[in-house]
Amino acid sequence: MSKDFPTHPINDPVIENPWEVLRGFTDARIGLGRAGVSVPTRHLLDFQLAHAKAQDAVHTPLDSQGLIDNLKQQAWCTESVLLLHSQAEDRAMYLQRPDYGRRLNEVSQQQLNSLSQPKTPYDLAVVIVDGLSALAIEENAIPFLHALLPALTQQTNPWTLAPLCVVEQGRVAIGDHIGELLKARCVLILVGERPGLSSPDSMGLYLTWSPKLGRADSQRNCISNVRLAGLQHQDASRKAQYLLNEARTKNLSGVQLKDRADDTVLEQDSSHHSFLSAHA
Amino acid sequence: MSQHQQSNGFRYSVGQRTFRFRNLADLLAKATPARSGDRLAGIAAHNAEERVVAQMALADLPLKHFLQDPVVPYEDDEITRLIIDEHDLQAFAPISHLTVGGFRDWLLSDLASPEVLTSIRAGVTPEMAAAVSKIMRNQDLILVAKKCQVTTAFRNTIGLAGHLSTRLQPNHPTDDITGIAASILDGLLYANGDAVIGINPATDNVAQACRLIKMMSEVIEHYQIPTQSCVLTHVTNTIEAIEQGAPVDLVFQSIGGTQATNDGFGFNLATLAEAQDAALSLKRGTVGDNVMYFETGQGSALSADAHHGVDQQTCEARAYAVARKFKPLLVNTVVGFIGPEYLYDGKEITRAGLEDHFCGKLLGLPMGCDVCYTNHANADQNDMDNLLTLLGVAGCTFIMGIPGSDDIMLNYQTTSFHDALYARRVLGLKPAPEFAVWLEKMEIFRNGQNFTLNHQVPDRFNPSLSRVLGGNA
Repeated sequence: MSKDFPTHPINDPVIENPWEVLRGFTDARIGLGRAGVSVPTRHLLDFQLAHAKAQDAVHTPLDSQGLIDNLKQQAWCTESVLLLHSQAEDRAMYLQRPDYGRRLNEVSQQQLNSLSQPKTPYDLAVVIVDGLSALAIEENAIPFLHALLPALTQQTNPWTLAPLCVVEQGRVAIGDHIGELLKARCVLILVGERPGLSSPDSMGLYLTWSPKLGRADSQRNCISNVRLAGLQHQDASRKAQYLLNEARTKNLSGVQLKDRADDTVLEQDSSHHSFLSAHA
Repeated sequence: MSQHQQSNGFRYSVGQRTFRFRNLADLLAKATPARSGDRLAGIAAHNAEERVVAQMALADLPLKHFLQDPVVPYEDDEITRLIIDEHDLQAFAPISHLTVGGFRDWLLSDLASPEVLTSIRAGVTPEMAAAVSKIMRNQDLILVAKKCQVTTAFRNTIGLAGHLSTRLQPNHPTDDITGIAASILDGLLYANGDAVIGINPATDNVAQACRLIKMMSEVIEHYQIPTQSCVLTHVTNTIEAIEQGAPVDLVFQSIGGTQATNDGFGFNLATLAEAQDAALSLKRGTVGDNVMYFETGQGSALSADAHHGVDQQTCEARAYAVARKFKPLLVNTVVGFIGPEYLYDGKEITRAGLEDHFCGKLLGLPMGCDVCYTNHANADQNDMDNLLTLLGVAGCTFIMGIPGSDDIMLNYQTTSFHDALYARRVLGLKPAPEFAVWLEKMEIFRNGQNFTLNHQVPDRFNPSLSRVLGGNA
């Protein structure tokens, strides 16, 4: 879109910003140009489209049955897959009552209570939750598990898995309720994150050791932004496997379980000089 | 209709029916215009009629009552102690005979001139401000707020009548220096950034805060910008940054209206006093010494499970008691950030923004607003346009400015650089005077009166563009 400045702006209502090229350094919506002092039509509609996608991600229901059918076709899938539902009946209630989204409804509780328990407790319950973006789950859950579950079950000292769970209208903490009822030693939640304007499809991972109702957020570990344009599925799987093994070794999760896999990422340029000062 | 106050609460009769309210907190909560956070807490009115009856009962309550009946116990909460211990009876005297309803009439009347409103500030408690706001319509909140004059200063003068300032918010998901600088340049060339250039760091530790503080300090120095910088990190990180010699202009902290909320945030009043002293010791302000920047937002106390059964708007007003103790340069209510479980839609966000702005101004704070929403709230750009316009009319001190309304680090939408220029044009609101002079000098404005920007890149900025782009600039 680079073009010369109009010498007679009256002939061209849109004034472009030559520093638009700096968008190579940031995803921020800089250099949009202006019509008068307002956002030009093209950028206005780009924004509206991004917001529309983000809102649709929040309000489009998860195709749970489709997901379960797809899971069952995977070689690494557990023998059964459970479909569960929180106490939030619909999306409007879900958005206003986060407490309802953290608990299973009566039917789902009975469903878990009626399961026959294994002789030794499951190591891990993997729980797939729609959260705030069904799109994130539909795009990322299976590719991520495709990397993670074979690795966990085939490593030395392999993990035993509880039946996979798919939860409708759930929040992160519903994993505590499920993990407790399944008597699993650990729960890993895959949840659709709050959609950003440029990331309607971002999936989050939350690991909680010894899950039970009332666990605090500080007792979990989180891996965020799992999506094609963010943290890749293979990388997310490696991080999750690392954290799970650390949690099992130390018998805990949360702030005391440091994600050392991140340390290398933090070794970035420590300079503070920018191109906006003469020091650069 | 009649009201009876009893030791075990309040009763109010309408016709044959008598409504009961357990205590002052219950009465305030039931009288609050509807919002999801109070429903989530289980303290909202059960129906529309109960809400209005509560407002009637509240209107009959003498302002003096609030001094004897704290909504959070004095013994348990240092903010209640701050409110009660620092209440100024002399400033209170001119309104001490009023009920809450009478206070509304008085605030709207010509008796309440800007000068008189300034003189009674120290006599108004947060609970009085919250109570009267609950029986005010949106236009009342706008009209009275506009009469309240609050001016602060550091390297420029914020809050003069007819002015609107902007926080330039150049956030980046990895704190990339070039990415941040690109957003700062964009903002400056759109004439934003007089309230503060303020970064929410993605990596929140002392080393990163120091790096970003130094970066912004260099930019401000290089271009001699009459503005201030801030890294929105925890207050204890900023204290440490000052100890390490970082050029800190403003100290940031998120604050809430109960001691337990602030315990959750990891600070108390003594921490803020220590930070204020540390920042003042640097003497970096040129035209004033307001060194604190606070952010608030309805719902923080409930979110921290620290609300004591008090409605979220009253909790919010109590946070302003914390703020005014430390003479801040800026206070920002981040109104739509917390999500739909606290403010469900555009209507609730709009109402809350106007309430917060009114209560803050009445209590004497330089009140700005992050006019914003998240993607799971039932709100959109049109709601933001409406609130921005209403706040512009109300004399809001400052708003956020961000490239294209899209915060790519915090994942929410707030007002853009363009939005601020819209408000300038339709409402004639000017940037801080020192900053306006700088904009003219730098040739960013081609016509400062009409807020017309230069069509070209101003000459002074071309060397910077050449530095980053090589020969392509």
